[in-house]
Amino acid sequence: MVAGIFFYIFAIFLIASAIMVISARNPVYAVFFLILGFFNATGLFILLGAEFLAMILLMVYVGAVMVLFLFVVMMIDIDFKELSKGFLQYAPIGTLVGVILLAEIIMVVGGYVYDAETVRSAAVPIPDVNTVSNLEAFGLLLYGEYVFFIELAGLILLVALIGAVVLTLKTGSKALRQDIATQVARTPATAIEMVSVKSGQAFSTNDTIKMNKRD
Amino acid sequence: MVEYFLTHIWPILSIFVHSLAVLVLLLVAVAFLLLLDRKIWAAVQLRRGPNVVGPFGLLQSFADLLKFVFKEVIIPSGANKFIFIIAPFVTCTLALAVWAIVPISEGWEVANLNLGILYVFAISSLGVYGIIMGGWASNSKYAFLGAMRSTAQMVSYEVSIGFVLITVLLVTGTLNLTEIVNAQKSEYGMFGWYWLMLFPMFVVFFISALAETNRPPFDLPEAESELVAGFMIEYSSTPYLLYMLGEYVSITFMCALTTILFLGGWLPIFDIAPFTWIPGFVWFILKSVGVFFMFGMVKAFVPRYRYDQLMRLGWKVLLPISMAMVVIVATVIFAFDLYPNVATA
Repeated sequence: MVAGIFFYIFAIFLIASAIMVISARNPVYAVFFLILGFFNATGLFILLGAEFLAMILLMVYVGAVMVLFLFVVMMIDIDFKELSKGFLQYAPIGTLVGVILLAEIIMVVGGYVYDAETVRSAAVPIPDVNTVSNLEAFGLLLYGEYVFFIELAGLILLVALIGAVVLTLKTGSKALRQDIATQVARTPATAIEMVSVKSGQAFSTNDTIKMNKRD
Repeated sequence: MVEYFLTHIWPILSIFVHSLAVLVLLLVAVAFLLLLDRKIWAAVQLRRGPNVVGPFGLLQSFADLLKFVFKEVIIPSGANKFIFIIAPFVTCTLALAVWAIVPISEGWEVANLNLGILYVFAISSLGVYGIIMGGWASNSKYAFLGAMRSTAQMVSYEVSIGFVLITVLLVTGTLNLTEIVNAQKSEYGMFGWYWLMLFPMFVVFFISALAETNRPPFDLPEAESELVAGFMIEYSSTPYLLYMLGEYVSITFMCALTTILFLGGWLPIFDIAPFTWIPGFVWFILKSVGVFFMFGMVKAFVPRYRYDQLMRLGWKVLLPISMAMVVIVATVIFAFDLYPNVATA
């Protein structure tokens, strides 16, 4: 009974915050509602006994992805009026995508509910929750049965990571680069130049700048 | 009726009482740790530190608390009121929430989670929200820039903390904090704890913990001598107190986590007569305060890092070391067949 109450609390908050994500005027609010939505999804996962998935959802999505998302949304200036101009133009396509997604979800979930055979015919049947711990079940599947796929996914991520570095890396003489070794190796003898300035005469700093650049 | 009480009401009541006990003791401990921090700082600089309120200034933190609470809450007119108010609560609540799973002695915790480490990591990765929300809602450039700095710092150091946790759980084969402590039990006493076996990771974890909790020498988000207070610039009175409280609670948590992961939790330094007479929680508190003393000393004698140095240390020094250690530890375990006894289900 308690689980039932919690289910409805989490589910209602999840749906409400999902609605708020798409209806909030301020994009920052939308992101905050998305975070609230993730939180409630975590609650639902815990109720289902999928603790590992719940923690990973919290860690990866709420702790990392949404932080970056919030960063971007807070820094750029989004004009919602400008964005919603083409609404009617894109509405049919959007509806189509939505209907297809909904139909697919109904098919998958309906398959589980109405035809228990589908579950058993899966390539790797899901073990009973009571026999193995969450972590073990995941580990055996990811690093046993599907190890090739997880390595492939890792490689794709690595390529994306290197790609991002390559795109933003500046090379050549234009790049301003710090050389930690030379910074640390500076001593008062090389970093400071003592000059005596005669009164009434301007002192040219050009020589000093040249010297410092060499360091 | 009695059965209903035992199955439905009692568990909730017991959790409530447990949580209350942990909260009260923790907050009192934080008050005195704050004083200890200031006393250590003062002693290193040959000052006396707070010594007016109560004997040896013992009641200083409580006096500060009253002062904070009785001040007027000032909310900037351009601020987003709701988020401005809620941000310090987020910080404080999340900092307190991790304490639910800290085993102070065998079985002395609110919840004994099997995925303890993951819970710790999940909750502490949410800590940045309090900072971003506060910085954004203040509607001030300085607060926002401070929040950006702080977030970037915390996110960077979380990565190496994650790798340190992975090494420890490679060695123990469990994510349960109680079992991690029990896995450190050996006939070598304190030399069987992981601080020796995983010494590089102990150092990496200590430095990352400093950075993660915005402690000096990595206190760039606040940098009170140059930046006023970074993301907290617009905060005053009780909301400010909540931020500070959240910060100190997470510092104490980091000390406790260091104790659990590397210093054998509640285990006595040697498993022989005079040491085993002392109860476990005393050992735990002694070790945690010892780690806190190190935090305090670092604050007192290490100058503040520059921001680029901080980022370099996080990404180019600590991260490669911790990644390499994960590989090395996994290889050693694989090569010498040292698999931990994993408790099934």
